Amino acid sequence: MQDGIIYMDNAATTRVDPAVVEAMLPFFTEKYAVASSQFSHSPGIEVREALDAARATIAQALGAAKPEEVIFTSGETESNNWALKGMARAFRGKKNHLIISKIESRSVLDTAQALEKEGVRVTYLDVDGEGFVDLEQLRASITDDTFLVSIQHANEEVGTIQDIDAIAAIVKERGVAFHTDASQTFTKVPLNLAETPADLVTITAHLIHGPKGIGALYVREGTPIAKWMHGGFMEFNLRGGVENVPGAVGFAKAVELTSATQVEYMSSLRDRLIDGIMARIPKSELNGPRYRRLPNNVNISFHYAEGESTLLHLDMMGIAVVTGSACFSRSLEPSYVLMAMGKTHEIAHGSIRYSLSRYNTAEEVDRVIEATAEVIETLRRISPLGKDEK
Amino acid sequence: MPIPYSEKVIEHFKNPRNVGRMEDYDAKATEGSPACGDMVTLYLKVDEATKTIQDIKFESYGCASNIATGSIITELAKGKTLDEARKINWKAAAEELGGLPAVKVHCSVLAVDTLRAAIRNYEERHGLVADREPTTVEVVEKRLRHVMNPLTGLDIVKTHVVKQMDVSNGVVTVWVDLTRDHQFANNIEQEIRERLEPLWDVAEVRVIFNDDEQE
Repeated sequence: MQDGIIYMDNAATTRVDPAVVEAMLPFFTEKYAVASSQFSHSPGIEVREALDAARATIAQALGAAKPEEVIFTSGETESNNWALKGMARAFRGKKNHLIISKIESRSVLDTAQALEKEGVRVTYLDVDGEGFVDLEQLRASITDDTFLVSIQHANEEVGTIQDIDAIAAIVKERGVAFHTDASQTFTKVPLNLAETPADLVTITAHLIHGPKGIGALYVREGTPIAKWMHGGFMEFNLRGGVENVPGAVGFAKAVELTSATQVEYMSSLRDRLIDGIMARIPKSELNGPRYRRLPNNVNISFHYAEGESTLLHLDMMGIAVVTGSACFSRSLEPSYVLMAMGKTHEIAHGSIRYSLSRYNTAEEVDRVIEATAEVIETLRRISPLGKDEK
Repeated sequence: MPIPYSEKVIEHFKNPRNVGRMEDYDAKATEGSPACGDMVTLYLKVDEATKTIQDIKFESYGCASNIATGSIITELAKGKTLDEARKINWKAAAEELGGLPAVKVHCSVLAVDTLRAAIRNYEERHGLVADREPTTVEVVEKRLRHVMNPLTGLDIVKTHVVKQMDVSNGVVTVWVDLTRDHQFANNIEQEIRERLEPLWDVAEVRVIFNDDEQE
């Protein structure tokens, strides 16, 4: 990335830590044997050991009982596809009802819609004005026909952290399998699978300064999920194909490099940004909760200033953010997350998401507050809206 | 750049011309709404004898394409007669701007429509408009030619998205050759409604998709 750019789109992807790249390199040019060749030659055994070690590191971070519960995939989208389709397939002809929330990531929503076309019945749970799932509606929606409940740990757009223990308890009480997409929270928000009874958990490397193209699905022992990729016995006969060992090693290294101190640091930057903008810019509104919020997420709507124009001005000033405005989306629809939260179209059109990482600084945050204030003032000056109100 | 805009669009977006509010205007029009994401207000000062636009100003709540088009059409319209200014279409504006991404054409059309609405507003205020014409299928078709299919950047009449139109007893029905799950179904329906609902003798607009229940 060009020097001087302030990158605040870390909910989309993050910069890979140089130490991660360092750890991966030998697995391209030296230790490149196939990990599943462990019965054939010693180069294969060496690589197998690296893969096992990476799996153990990630399993430990999740609080998994066994490393074999961590199955490597290509990332969040694949893990979510597998969790939903793999369970639907396993229960085909027996159970036919899936429950998700209205603010799941695209890969859960689109997969649920694809399953609907195949005849699966899907319930989409409502969320409140801050993005929290309605627990009573969840309780009332589970039937004897339900094969899976899938609710994200936290929302990538507005940062809402669900009460995952309460949700898991409600689902498990009915003996139904529970999946959560923890891509945004892994290593940022505590999730200990020794205590939280989730059966399937999606995680990914590129949101924690690891490489793209590697993630995992945690599959609790005994979960009857159908095999995903056919073509070999790799990944405990659940996902065929040559293992992405450089990716797995990089993923594990990225996990090792995370710490509670970094989470506290990101939270302090988040609070500085929220407080700074709210104090500096009138008619701005925080989307999502003030607390129980991802440590790196800020989402604010500015009245009378359209999001794409705000984003473009910030982009020209070297600041990378995104908006929930319809003008910025391919479908010309405003953010479905904000709409599900009952926000108006105008709030969605004026929303800007800033997502932080450990590489951002307090100085950058202060510059972003000033730049945003300047841009919003410019856009409000040319806007036909808001001038008659005092 | 998040969206592939031309340099000229960016230049006008950064430094829009003729922007702001006019207090002593002769005509004014507003098109769009905050809900649809774009809204333009345009003011005219017109020389009564020559019918030329002496001054023009616009305000925009909208994306870059909307702001840049507002800027360019006000530049083009200034000094022109009302009849000349009315002929400025979004194609001329888009060409002047070095092209617009197809998905953004509708935002630009809105700015052009606001100019036309302001001209009409002037003519109505000065008794230059003939009596209200009743809404016919031809009137509907003419209006729908301003609704773009964002996938192609072409209007929905020309691209045969509109299958059939009917006007009877104040109810306008438009059949569109799309299913409800089309990427732009909601968007297109909303725009059709925005174009037809303001017509003085229209009480209801019905938009029928291929997979809607037929009565």
